[in-house]
Amino acid sequence: MANMHQDTLHNDLSHDVIHHDADHHEEGHGHHKESFITKYIFSQDHKMISKQFLITGIVWSLIGVFFSVLFRFQLGWPDESFPLLEMFLGGWAKGGKLDPQFYYALVTMHGTIMVFFVLTAGLSGTFSNLLIPLQIGARDMAAPFLNMLSYWFFFTASVLLFISLFLQTGPAAGGWTVYPPLSALPQANIGSGTGMTLWLLSMAVFVVSSLLGSLNYIATILNMRTKGMTMMRMPLTMWAFFFTAILGVLSFPVLLSGALLLIFDRSLGTNFYLSDIYIAGQQFTNSAGELVQGGSPILFQHLFWFLGHPEVYIIILPAMGMVSEILAANCRKPIFGYSAMVLSILAITVLAFLVWAHHMFMSGMNPFVGSIFVLFTLLIAVPSAIKVFNWIGTMWRANINYTPATLFAVGFVSMFISGGLTGIFLGNSTLDIPLHDTYFVTAHFHIVMAMAGGFGMLAGIYHWFPKMWKGRQMNDTMGAIHFWVTFVGSYCIFWPMHYLGMTGVPRRYYTDEYFNTFNMYENLNVFISVSAIIVFAAQLLFVINFFYSAFKGKKMTTENPFNYNTLEWTTPIEPGHGNWEGAIPAVHRGPYEYYKDGHDFIPQTTPDSALK
Amino acid sequence: MFLLWIAIGSIIMMFAGLTSAYIVRRMQGNWEAYQLPTIFWISSGVLILSSICLFVASANYKRNNYSTYRNFLGITLLLGIVFCVLQYKGWQALMNVGILLSDQTPSGAFLYVISGLHATHVLGGIVFLLIFWIKSFKLPYPQEYPNLGIDILSTYWHFIGILWLYLFGFFMYYQ
Repeated sequence: MANMHQDTLHNDLSHDVIHHDADHHEEGHGHHKESFITKYIFSQDHKMISKQFLITGIVWSLIGVFFSVLFRFQLGWPDESFPLLEMFLGGWAKGGKLDPQFYYALVTMHGTIMVFFVLTAGLSGTFSNLLIPLQIGARDMAAPFLNMLSYWFFFTASVLLFISLFLQTGPAAGGWTVYPPLSALPQANIGSGTGMTLWLLSMAVFVVSSLLGSLNYIATILNMRTKGMTMMRMPLTMWAFFFTAILGVLSFPVLLSGALLLIFDRSLGTNFYLSDIYIAGQQFTNSAGELVQGGSPILFQHLFWFLGHPEVYIIILPAMGMVSEILAANCRKPIFGYSAMVLSILAITVLAFLVWAHHMFMSGMNPFVGSIFVLFTLLIAVPSAIKVFNWIGTMWRANINYTPATLFAVGFVSMFISGGLTGIFLGNSTLDIPLHDTYFVTAHFHIVMAMAGGFGMLAGIYHWFPKMWKGRQMNDTMGAIHFWVTFVGSYCIFWPMHYLGMTGVPRRYYTDEYFNTFNMYENLNVFISVSAIIVFAAQLLFVINFFYSAFKGKKMTTENPFNYNTLEWTTPIEPGHGNWEGAIPAVHRGPYEYYKDGHDFIPQTTPDSALK
Repeated sequence: MFLLWIAIGSIIMMFAGLTSAYIVRRMQGNWEAYQLPTIFWISSGVLILSSICLFVASANYKRNNYSTYRNFLGITLLLGIVFCVLQYKGWQALMNVGILLSDQTPSGAFLYVISGLHATHVLGGIVFLLIFWIKSFKLPYPQEYPNLGIDILSTYWHFIGILWLYLFGFFMYYQ
């Protein structure tokens, strides 16, 4: 049945191509000469740029996750010493115990790296670049040169942050949210010195990279869709990337403002965020010798969280889009409620800008203002629940094809439900007051944002791996092992943290053993640390699988061996720069027509006449 | 062109962030009021004039009057530079009456940072104008999209002008 269908499809393609190449740039045919440098380094091909983002993201995620393993050693076994650590870290782990200062640096860097470098650049950068032109039917991005700049700004930001890891005073250590006054005063903490300066520079460059990328994604999706690809025929991945880019364009500039004022406070003696500061009993004075007054540290929190909250949706929306696509394609069923999915993404995007102050219930805000933010925060549960029901509806009674990508997509749904429920706890200001800054918060955002975002990213890598590496596929058995260890292990890490948090154990503490209230959880902490080490080991398995498969993996023999509907599976197995060899195919239907009218699948390029 | 509109949206958000920070901070009290020096009135006039010149230049370009285009483009460029110098003079005048970047109250700091950031955007526009002015000596030469460049330049420059008028009104209202 499928074979016969493929044949009709090819006939259609040859008749039904659209000759609108001239609309797009002319070099898009892969025939022009490429040197090593233009092909692999300063490439303007969206597929190569996406690989650059992915590889950089994988390197950063290994560093970031390894940092968490290091500080889990400290939290799990605060009394033990690990001579191995001293061997590698030198002065940062004298006698085999992590230096408290270094512990804070590790926590800060873990947050910064994972949130910005892995789950923003690594996730959105990789898949927006790879999929947008392939799924809407475009030869490349609207502005390939800006796209290249976007990667190289990201690379520069990476280098700046990487250098800060090797400073004698260490990298920034004031938490990934870099609240002033701690972060604004180099004399307050050695981690607020040069490390903090580099952090701010790196972030400023990162914002530029993210803006250039997002501008391109929006322009490409709106202007460069192939014939017949109406907005409501786009795969849900496209909708997700589109709204992610809008969020990025509107929220990152505000972070830049906040960071700019912080740079002024640090370097030029302004006091936007500083007021009545005493360091070690000494007044902090300005150049005229007066006590610095008049700044407001809360102002930074507002500016930071106005980005910071949309940022979590910048992470989760692309994952949601990819999960929708992967579930529908591998359940062999249409996505349940396509337009409801689109509208709920839109609702999440709008609400994302109205909830930032729920991170600040404890900052002394007016309780009436707080109650408005509670209302908006709880409203987000509505579109989120719609999406969850639709994913479950898609899987309901489906004949599911359990590829590693599907497993991770199902894992995403599970994580999103568990983490989303605790979000309802924290969104209430009354419950947030006792729970804030405890391990409950750590558990909540790791499950709903970090794990779900990570699962979405891994699902995407497994699913679209053949599109990146010349039609080679990843090993399914290793993928399944990777999934089960990561899935069970993640719950083992973060589930117990809820109990710690409910009894009030604060996050970010170097050690709990001096506090009688919460020094009875030693065994639980050991359990979490052991789980973290096992999960880290499973990620190494993934990295081995990734690089082995990239060179030695099983090759696809046809363009669309898995019988998917979307346009990326109509490109050649090794697409050149320009993606399609002939004309760009036209689109006649939506992306999720699986199991319809007796057809197992109907690719988007199939016209109605071919179905009779 | 479309990219520019999104970029403008992004620049608006940055200034919206800063000016709303300004309002919030001002309402918390401990705020030193300042009087904008008259020089900022002159600089605003200069910027409006430069926008008008660019408008004339663009219209002449589209009618293929390349020498008139070049002259008006040159005047726009000159006025842009004059604007930056006037802004600098304005900051000096403010410094002289005791509104400092680093002071007990942050009103001056906000003013300098926001107007400085705007001036940075004007400098970007000046570089843009300079490139177009140098290229204008070679006109006419074959171009794929002959009007695209000048349209982008005009949109950006008018946007920067309107942005300044907004900021100027903002500073007048919330001293």
